Amino acid sequence: MLEALNLECVRGERRLFAGVGFRLDAGEMLYLQGRNGSGKTSLLRMLCGLTPPADGEIRWRGAPIRKLGDEFRGELCYLGHHNAIKEELTPLENLLASARLAEEALDEDAALDALELVGLAGREDLACRYLSQGQKRRVALARLVHERRALWVLDEPYVALDTAAVELVAGLIGAHLQRGGLAVLTTHQTVAVPAGAVRELRLN
Amino acid sequence: MLALIRAVIGRDLRLAMRRQADIVSAMFFFIIVVSLFPLGVGPEADLLRKLAPGVLWVAALLATMLSLPRLFADDHRDGTLEQLALAPQPLGLIVLGKVIAHWLVSGLPLALLAPVLGIQFDLANDALWVLTLSLLIGTPALSGIGAIGAALTLGVRGGGVLLSLLVLPLYIPVLIFGAGAVDATVTGLGPQAHLSLLGALTLGGVFFAPWATAAALRIALE
Repeated sequence: MLEALNLECVRGERRLFAGVGFRLDAGEMLYLQGRNGSGKTSLLRMLCGLTPPADGEIRWRGAPIRKLGDEFRGELCYLGHHNAIKEELTPLENLLASARLAEEALDEDAALDALELVGLAGREDLACRYLSQGQKRRVALARLVHERRALWVLDEPYVALDTAAVELVAGLIGAHLQRGGLAVLTTHQTVAVPAGAVRELRLN
Repeated sequence: MLALIRAVIGRDLRLAMRRQADIVSAMFFFIIVVSLFPLGVGPEADLLRKLAPGVLWVAALLATMLSLPRLFADDHRDGTLEQLALAPQPLGLIVLGKVIAHWLVSGLPLALLAPVLGIQFDLANDALWVLTLSLLIGTPALSGIGAIGAALTLGVRGGGVLLSLLVLPLYIPVLIFGAGAVDATVTGLGPQAHLSLLGALTLGGVFFAPWATAAALRIALE
């Protein structure tokens, strides 16, 4: 479903990687590994279509994502390095706002359930700036609970989380793979994801 | 489509309400700048009446400029802008929502304050009405054109000054027709022609600027 062919990334004057390619089918997950600065985040941003690759092509269901545009973005869920939550809003408002912008029907009860699941019960109405780093990451990850889009692209999803939360997120990803979804993620921790075929790609 | 624009407006208005200091400081800037002129020029009613349209409009331009740098900067910093760019709808529509929200918290209050401040310049009743009307019609164009500048200077060091240099020249037509409308009322010519042109600028600005802004944002995100 997701194919990357011969990708090349140039940042400034430096070439980060070249000739990177992989193929991912339904129910499969790709672990992206590599030392700091090897271009993991750049590759993820390419897969989302935020940065055009210097060379090569990315295909989704056989068609180049550049041509698919909105159609591809409708099947993509990206969780970046930043949490993409507003410090002034409460976790509940953040979750509802991001669902509304993605034009997903998420009612308040479902959002509250999601927040409870990620361990934020009792914090729904507290502005996010009073939360710790780990709790902010949990707010961002709460989006994944009701996320049904096919391709998840996650940049360091486990960062700042405690072991219980890491397991929870791994469980969410596992459930997503079982539904036939795809996931691409970078991480420095090796976490066993229940179910799903796991591929690895090391950038050097 | 409308639901999306409404969602963006709702989110931005809520954020603005949680950060009222930004709105209030722009309003006070407007009030103080306008009030300084009668104090500096002296109480000559004829001279003040002549100065009023230009002073009020220039102060409104500058007050709008104050809030522009933050239009996309906060969203850029916390990663929300990436999410907006990856939304399955055209980015231009989302920008349109943000422009409307920006106008609601900057242009609209300026227009509502203007008649009160106009009294200091001994403007007649009909001139005060036209002043309010011209600001109501003209300020959406300021938000629209400003959004292009804000997107182009996103992530640039010292972007605030660059933004002023980029956007203020583009505000000149709006200033000329906006101040001209009030001037024409004071001199008894009637403001219709100026207001129509101002309306045309606003329509053009609000409907074309979001697409240019969206293109600039995509470049900034690369």
